[in-house]
Amino acid sequence: MSNLGQATDVAEVRDAEPEPSTPTQRKEDLVGFADAPGLSGKDVLKAVRGCTSSTYDLLKKHGVSIVLSLVSLAAGIVFWQLATAYKVDFYINFENIPSPGKVFAAFWTHLGDGEFYIHIGVSMQRILIGYVTASVIGIAAGVLMGRSKIAWSLIYPYIEVLRPIPAVAWIPLAILMWPTEEASIIYITLLGALFPIVLNTLHGVEQTPEVLVRAAKSLGASRLQIFWHVILPAALPSIAAGLAIGMGVSWFSLLAGEIISGQYGIGYFTWNAYSLINYPDIIVGMLVIGGLGTLSTYAVKIGMKPLLAWQKRAR
Amino acid sequence: MNTQVVSLTEHIPHRALAASKKDIGHIVIEDVEIVFGKGANANQAVTKTSLDIKPGEFVCILGPSGCGKSTLLSSIAGYITPTSGVVSVDGKPVKAPGPDRGMVFQQYSLFPWKTIRDNIAFGPKVAGRSNVECSSIANTFLEMVGLSRFADKYPSELSGGMQQRVGIARALANYPSVLLMDEPFGALDAQTRLMMQENLLSIWSEFGITVVFVTHDVDEAIFLADRVLVMSASPGSIIDDLQVTLPRPRDPAMATGAEFMALKKICLDQIRSESLRAFEQQNR
Repeated sequence: MSNLGQATDVAEVRDAEPEPSTPTQRKEDLVGFADAPGLSGKDVLKAVRGCTSSTYDLLKKHGVSIVLSLVSLAAGIVFWQLATAYKVDFYINFENIPSPGKVFAAFWTHLGDGEFYIHIGVSMQRILIGYVTASVIGIAAGVLMGRSKIAWSLIYPYIEVLRPIPAVAWIPLAILMWPTEEASIIYITLLGALFPIVLNTLHGVEQTPEVLVRAAKSLGASRLQIFWHVILPAALPSIAAGLAIGMGVSWFSLLAGEIISGQYGIGYFTWNAYSLINYPDIIVGMLVIGGLGTLSTYAVKIGMKPLLAWQKRAR
Repeated sequence: MNTQVVSLTEHIPHRALAASKKDIGHIVIEDVEIVFGKGANANQAVTKTSLDIKPGEFVCILGPSGCGKSTLLSSIAGYITPTSGVVSVDGKPVKAPGPDRGMVFQQYSLFPWKTIRDNIAFGPKVAGRSNVECSSIANTFLEMVGLSRFADKYPSELSGGMQQRVGIARALANYPSVLLMDEPFGALDAQTRLMMQENLLSIWSEFGITVVFVTHDVDEAIFLADRVLVMSASPGSIIDDLQVTLPRPRDPAMATGAEFMALKKICLDQIRSESLRAFEQQNR
């Protein structure tokens, strides 16, 4: 590389002009192969200062929007309180609706009640079994369909036929099909999560850039290695999205299953409260369902994050 | 000004292996014809072509867009099976892509989810080498392309020129007998491209590897090659086979020399007359 120096001379002079080129022109390109100027202490100081002030900046930047959101929520609760206090009956009837205070009191009592946790535990167990099974089946089927025309022809018709059927519609058949009530509820949960996961996986696999598959082939990778090192990671962002959506849908389906059958579970708890005319518990159940659904979707997103770290660095 | 340059000889532990490869990388193309589609829709991408590329030769295939030069390269890589005829490397007919033929693509084809180091180590890794060997090979080639500092970055954090350097390093990490390059510097700006060309030549001179380089840039072809194959469009065929006798190491200053200019004129004239012919053919 004896003539490298000369070329860099030319390049360095032209470096002064700003250049609109994509992908971004970096100084390292022009400096050459051996080494480029490193970071100085000043850069580090700047970075540290940046970190400490960023929290404050964030608050300052989003402060107005946070305040607005809180005000909006508070207004909703005030409206709820007033509507129940004055027993508003203007087409929508608030006469039998418990006030926010009663709901909170009911929630508070349940927090010290063991059975309440059993309901939550049973629901979460059903979600876990149904959702994990759906993920395994869904990702496998999606990948197979994406890479094999035969698999696609065999599996896709089932998806098209079964996907539009809501989980609730499956309940009678599920009870007939499965030996236990527990199994039929888990089956319904599984079905709910399955379709978003399959379809997103399929989409992700189909979007794998062909040039990456070609590159892997010319580097000597086998079919299995291409699958593991190229197709799966390429599909991962899409799979992650499918898993998050699937988690939401699986809660939705679980509730449908629990309301109609079962002895435990947070859906059963909610429906049972209605049967027992224990109205505050209906809302406690609803809020717990909402909270658990949000938390578990969030958990899926957090869980996928390390696998998608490369994507964030791109920005 | 940094003029310190990494000497490859010190950094290639498998130097003996590279040296023993002196006689390999012999590409023979015999009566290769490539037709896409069938019947009335058939489109002849490459007409009957025969070529003999000697071990260690740097060959540029020069031609306008869509003349089938990338198709011809793909048949050497093994992505396309010729409709008739045989491509063979060192006597072995090409049937599928393989690690003996390193490929550098036009678009950025690094694995975005792997670090630079893991991208370079991909070939050795899938070949079943141990982690220690993989990282030693990766370090060797990282140093060769001057990107050791960026080993743990992801491709998206690098500029286009740096990414293509990684692409070259990744292809070479398998110690292939042939390096196939499909307009690798086409997307780079002029200065970076010039840098890349010089870097490629120094890598090539150290490795003694056969290079087949596809480009539509006349200057690039003459600057790099021992031999320029001029290709014409529709149907794609090689219309000239020019020897470039410019001394090595090549210097960008040569681009204004008489010999360079003469070669450039020949190439440009042929490309122009071919384009005209193709243009008239379309309007007939």
